[in-house]
Amino acid sequence: MAATAHIEFIVAAYGAGVAVIVALIAWVTLDYRLQRRILAELETKGISRRSARESADE
Amino acid sequence: MRISELANPSRFLRAANLAIPWLGGATVIVFAFAIYRAMLAPDDYQQGATVKIMFLHVPSAWLGMLCWGLMTIAALGTLVWRHPLADVAAKAAAPLGAAFTLLCLVTGSLWGRPEWGTYWVWDARLTSELILLLLYLGVIALWRTVEDPSRAARAVAILTLVGAIDLPIIKFSVDWWNTLHQGASVFRLGGSTIDPTILIPLLLMAAAFTLLFVTLLLAAMRNEILRRRVRTLRLLQASAAG
Repeated sequence: MAATAHIEFIVAAYGAGVAVIVALIAWVTLDYRLQRRILAELETKGISRRSARESADE
Repeated sequence: MRISELANPSRFLRAANLAIPWLGGATVIVFAFAIYRAMLAPDDYQQGATVKIMFLHVPSAWLGMLCWGLMTIAALGTLVWRHPLADVAAKAAAPLGAAFTLLCLVTGSLWGRPEWGTYWVWDARLTSELILLLLYLGVIALWRTVEDPSRAARAVAILTLVGAIDLPIIKFSVDWWNTLHQGASVFRLGGSTIDPTILIPLLLMAAAFTLLFVTLLLAAMRNEILRRRVRTLRLLQASAAG
């Protein structure tokens, strides 16, 4: 039957779809955590943006 | 909140923090329903079960082109209106567009082998789609090459506007040249030629992919704003140390 003959192509296509989507979600999630961590480290050292200091003073 | 107020990066961050969880939830629900409908769709009378590859291939092709279209508007925003979030959006969108274009090419190849007897042919539609992927990679490389984001943004904006020429070539390649790729069958004058039992799951998958794209774009834009804040703080740190 044609369906079973081509099942490997269908599985490979959906596997590629899952891989791309998981990679994109992992990229944005890990990048978000990294940037937040670096910002927190810099602010711990007392370095902050002028606009952030002004809004904190208000 | 008016849309124009989102031009302020801090306001955008607050709005994105609110929207991303809701959009993510909506994406999961629509994807679950779309995949359920896609798995129930009957085999095509010519393609057999390989029609199910179309539920991934077509939405990823649309998103690859839509993403470059958005980057083109963002390029105008950078060069003409100097909108503060335009180049943030353009930079965040490029890897997403590249990923969806790559998925389009991979799934197309996997469909082509059983249906055409080959993974690849230098057909006008396939070649113009490959050029779109190379353009995305060029844009990503350009962002990484120029350190100053505002200088990089102008160079990328020009490349993006030039690259936009590829969009109508992709769309009309099947009309302008003799190609192995089929002609338009969803959005065409006279209506779709696809049976509703296949068209509805296809459109549901397209909606799910679009929601995913919007969610990821907002998340990637949020990351880019944070990255620029990190850069500003490091410059302040370096100038204080100097």
